[in-house]
Amino acid sequence: MAVTTFDPIVSRRLRIPNSHTLEVYLANGGYVGLRKALSMNPEDVAAEVMTASLLGRGGAGFPAGRKWAMLKNDLVKYLVINGDESEPATFKDHELVEKDPHQIIEGTIIAAYALGVTQAFIFCRGEFALGFERLQSALNEAYEYGALGRDIFGSGFSLDMVIHPGAGAYICGEETALLESLEGKRGYPRIKPPFFPAVIGLYGKPTVVNNMETVSNLPWIVLNGGAAFAALGEGSSAGTRLFALSGHVNRPGWYEIEMAKTTFKDLIEHPELGGGIRKGRSLKAFIPGGVSAPWFGPNEMDMPLSQDAVAQAGSMLGSGSVVVMDETTCPVRAAWRITKFFSRESCGQCTPCREGSGWIERTMRRIEFGAGRMEDIDLVLDACDNISPGLSWPPKQTTICVLGPSIPSSVNSAITMFRDDFISHIKDGKCNYA
Amino acid sequence: MPEAADKISVTVDGKEVKADPGELIIEVAERAGAFVPRFCYHPRMKPVGMCRMCLVEVSSPRGPSLQPACFVSVADGMEISTESESVQKAQSGVLEYLLLNHPLDCPVCDKGGECPLQDQTLAYGPGESRQVEEKRHFAKPIPISTLVELDRERCIQCARCTRFANEIAGEALIDFFGRGEDTEVAIFPGKPFDSYFAGNTVQICPVGALTATPYRFKARPWDLEQVESTCTLCSVGCRVAVQSSANEVVRHLGIDIDSVNHSWLCDKGRFGYLAMRSETRLLEPSLRESGELVEVSWSDALEKAAALISEAKLAHGPQAIGFLGGARLTNESAYAWAKVAKAVVATDNTDAQLGDGIPAELVLSLPRATIGDACRAKKVIVIGEDLKEIAPVLFLRLRPLIAEGKIDLVEFSTHETSLSNLAKASIPLVPGELGTRVRALIDSIKGTKDAGEGIGIDIQEIKNATQTLGSLENNPDLVVIYSNSSAIENTEDLKAGILALEESFKNAKFMPVLKRSNIFGALDMGLSPNLLPGRVTFGAAKEYYKKQWGSVPEKSGMGTLEMLHAAAESKIKVLVLLGCDPIADFPDAKLAKEALSKVDSVIFVDSLANTSLDYADIVLAASMDSEREGSFTNLEGRISRISKKVSASGSSWPDWAIAIELADALGDDLGFGSLDDIAKEIARLAPAYQGLRSTLSLNSEVDEGILLPVKATKVELKRKQGDPMVHLGLISVEHQGAPLKSGASNEPGVYSDEKQQQDIGSTISLISKSDIKSDTTSKPETAASGAKSLRLVVTRKLFDRGTHVDSSLFFRDLVPEQEVRIHPETASSLGISSGEKVSISGETCKVSGQVILDNRVDQSGVVLIWNVSEEDVRSLVSNSEKSAHWVEVES
Repeated sequence: MAVTTFDPIVSRRLRIPNSHTLEVYLANGGYVGLRKALSMNPEDVAAEVMTASLLGRGGAGFPAGRKWAMLKNDLVKYLVINGDESEPATFKDHELVEKDPHQIIEGTIIAAYALGVTQAFIFCRGEFALGFERLQSALNEAYEYGALGRDIFGSGFSLDMVIHPGAGAYICGEETALLESLEGKRGYPRIKPPFFPAVIGLYGKPTVVNNMETVSNLPWIVLNGGAAFAALGEGSSAGTRLFALSGHVNRPGWYEIEMAKTTFKDLIEHPELGGGIRKGRSLKAFIPGGVSAPWFGPNEMDMPLSQDAVAQAGSMLGSGSVVVMDETTCPVRAAWRITKFFSRESCGQCTPCREGSGWIERTMRRIEFGAGRMEDIDLVLDACDNISPGLSWPPKQTTICVLGPSIPSSVNSAITMFRDDFISHIKDGKCNYA
Repeated sequence: MPEAADKISVTVDGKEVKADPGELIIEVAERAGAFVPRFCYHPRMKPVGMCRMCLVEVSSPRGPSLQPACFVSVADGMEISTESESVQKAQSGVLEYLLLNHPLDCPVCDKGGECPLQDQTLAYGPGESRQVEEKRHFAKPIPISTLVELDRERCIQCARCTRFANEIAGEALIDFFGRGEDTEVAIFPGKPFDSYFAGNTVQICPVGALTATPYRFKARPWDLEQVESTCTLCSVGCRVAVQSSANEVVRHLGIDIDSVNHSWLCDKGRFGYLAMRSETRLLEPSLRESGELVEVSWSDALEKAAALISEAKLAHGPQAIGFLGGARLTNESAYAWAKVAKAVVATDNTDAQLGDGIPAELVLSLPRATIGDACRAKKVIVIGEDLKEIAPVLFLRLRPLIAEGKIDLVEFSTHETSLSNLAKASIPLVPGELGTRVRALIDSIKGTKDAGEGIGIDIQEIKNATQTLGSLENNPDLVVIYSNSSAIENTEDLKAGILALEESFKNAKFMPVLKRSNIFGALDMGLSPNLLPGRVTFGAAKEYYKKQWGSVPEKSGMGTLEMLHAAAESKIKVLVLLGCDPIADFPDAKLAKEALSKVDSVIFVDSLANTSLDYADIVLAASMDSEREGSFTNLEGRISRISKKVSASGSSWPDWAIAIELADALGDDLGFGSLDDIAKEIARLAPAYQGLRSTLSLNSEVDEGILLPVKATKVELKRKQGDPMVHLGLISVEHQGAPLKSGASNEPGVYSDEKQQQDIGSTISLISKSDIKSDTTSKPETAASGAKSLRLVVTRKLFDRGTHVDSSLFFRDLVPEQEVRIHPETASSLGISSGEKVSISGETCKVSGQVILDNRVDQSGVVLIWNVSEEDVRSLVSNSEKSAHWVEVES
């Protein structure tokens, strides 16, 4: 499979100097999509998004159009944009918010218009210091420009937008925890039912929560039509998608790629993309969609970057971050580091996640640093099983939210794929990669 | 109950069960006989599904999945497994996880032996931990309030305590801090968990993370013995389990009773037993000899008391003897003392209220609301004191319902109360203005006048109240809870306001709140002038009681105020203090002191020393709660049992025995010789209590108590299955009496001898509205007296320097400083600011206190607290017959 050529959608302005300013944004097609949207019926805007088959870019990959259609009608309803991108190796929203904040704002206004919402919130990761500053400036510019506030561009549609910085918790990227945090409470994911914020969301009102990248696609979709978007990609994996490539590649970074038309091998090895594994080494494993996704090995390299294909193979495209590990990577250490992240970021609500993550982390650490026992391998797997029974895919869970079942993914992958490495750590009493 | 047609059908472990839609799996499973282990779930709080202990396997179109039984509702056709392999694995997994960081210090943990974590680990957990690493450590224990200590290592983060504080008590003073494994329960910096209800968090903590300072290391659960009893520290009458070790009461736990306390207690009730071991306990009868109280034998003390009474009666007639107090007594003791006063001494000079209550006729004659009525009511009017201060658990029952919008509250209050911010309307009150403001509200509802026209208050509140209450016509959903708004005012105005409400709102129910202990029992037993036992007036029942008792007073007698005046004028020669402290409790301390010094002799019947003891000539030492038994009548008119757990301290006697022996020394026979005899006589004679089977009134078969009047009530005998996760620490059912057969029901309204019951029949009518006297001589006073003067309002706090609080070291720290609540504009016109120390001067005295600015205080008033500082607020009150008292505030 070859790397396809197409005009980039969300990343088209990212390399232009001062792309974060209104001036540059306007000079490069900014707010044209919004003007067009405002000239259309809201229902028609929503219909275009449905046609586009735009999948949510936050991780779960739920079609945005369908999510919108679920929004319960109410006098008060909200739109919340999730920009709390905090997972290790995931940095696509980071790029968008720093380099093209107006595109996020424009997309949000279009979504609000389509949904009939008059109050929107952007929840932006607090550690994005520069991004947050630029988003705030862009918001001020947008108000001044007339793209926000009362009677936007004379259309009669009014929208207020508030941006809110996260306070440092990864869990607030979980949409219900995000809503709790936005309401000023502890960032605890809400227990289901109610199943969807679209019915009971922010302040108990129907709420759509969309990812930053998801809404960044909207200006283009409105301008070019949903069909044009759906023509890119294949099947349910329509359009293009921003991938964050990291790890042992020669050219780590973000790449906008047409979905399903490109393989992992292309992404990792194509000279204009990953440029191959560093120092010509061979691949050990890669994570196809963020650190909560089960790992793939060299056998899956030819798999296309398609949501369905990856899911069928037992993992996910998730948040669109691909992490490459070459032959020098210690899988025990890699899985331990990931577990340590989840352990630190567990909200502490559910026993299995709160206590299990710490225990698994400590056990993995012991193995990595040479103090493991042979029974620790099965012990870790069984501890994982108590968080995600059966260790199957899609995962089952004993917890309220999906942070719980995210913990076992890497541990289970590492043990299943590289059990010998675990055994040698234990037998040799040390990490041979160190 | 919904019709059977509304029921849905689910399967629990293969067994089909009918359930109501919306019922939680955990409840349905339990009914089907499958106990689902749990930690965070508590039936009196909203479920959160956090601990994951209650995971069960639930069928769904996408195959079976593990769901929290405490959070998921049943659906028709649902198949639930509580013991499948995957459920067992999840349960074992959760317990192993919980124990990872839980210290195994059970041998030195208060909870060890009654610990749900221990019990459920044994039943559902792994045999041992597979963890080899060190556990998490925290400094421990740390005191988070005077009464509660926190051990963060033992905490399993179930959030029961934080939810109780936030959801039930409305005081989010404890919460989680940190996240993940580092999550800990914490208080906010510099803000201790100062809640009247903090002790409840100790009771519901499923591990030993929260412990009660007074109980720490005092006993092991398996050494405890227990009886069910009733708390008598206010008139709510919460059901408690009294637990003792080595003949010493060491703990009170709240029992979950639907009708009263839902397992909650206030800290005063929970730790009130500490006063039993106070150094101020009166353990022996004594006589004053050359100024000193000297211990004597019971016969000497009683002989002397009888001699004093007889002499006074012979020389000056029965009117020369007065009986003050009685709220501390059980119903049986109150009856015995009423009989001593009214039949033996033949005086009607008895008053259980100390000039700070509500006229007994008003209390007893209006249609009474139960706590359940109030909680089910759509609208509640609260008049007077802050309920949290005078009836804490009543407040605790109402607050969450008001906060959730299930009850619309209209409040009449002199200051900001604990419910003000939740009220739909909060109508400011000045003593003396209740009648006017109630009538303004009624006029506004009728539409005859504009809202609040011409009464000089913010009419918006009257408008809000008008909108909330809606109509006068039919108000079965309206409950009026009332108390006197200022302890130093007479009650004419309160009476006017309440009667106006009663006349206007058809079918409304009323709940009088009197703070003191078994005051309702004492009034029912006739310890009030012009009343005889069983809620009947002197006029209606005089002949009846004359026949039954052999003698009754010639004429009706005096209340406390008149008795104290008469004593001060040497017209009363002997005062019998039945567990009361007129010097501390009567609004006019000067008059009380004068009365006690002028009177020839004071007979002091009590368990604890108090300020009036200095005037006692004879002390008759009475037993305290848990040393005595009997029955209690709460503010609803609900009779419940007071039980004995430990032997009486020293030579103290139960009050009824003192009454019998005193009558004997007076050469008379009360006609009963045991508690059971008294109970039977009450059930036979006292009209509102007629038909009460004495055995029933005095045993614990009836969890919920029996509502008065007995003949109008039917009580189902039931004993709820104790939920080990609600009744933490409660000793199992066999210690509490044999469990009743399910479905057993009976009518306590049938006296064993039906013929006899017919004989006495209903010939005597109970006290009614027509018995309420209007006192035309003491009109409410409203006019201002001087330009700089402010009208003094005195309110109460739960912890004041009252006898019981003062007798417990732990409680003394909880007595607040004097606060001076004034309206911000008044403050600025006087040039004083918030937090400033100011002095308040009356005609002769001064007291000082700290300023709190309160928008709800009338601009012409100042609100102080009763009996909290050395400087007595009552020293500002010169004459208690005057309704209004004026003071000046200066910085």
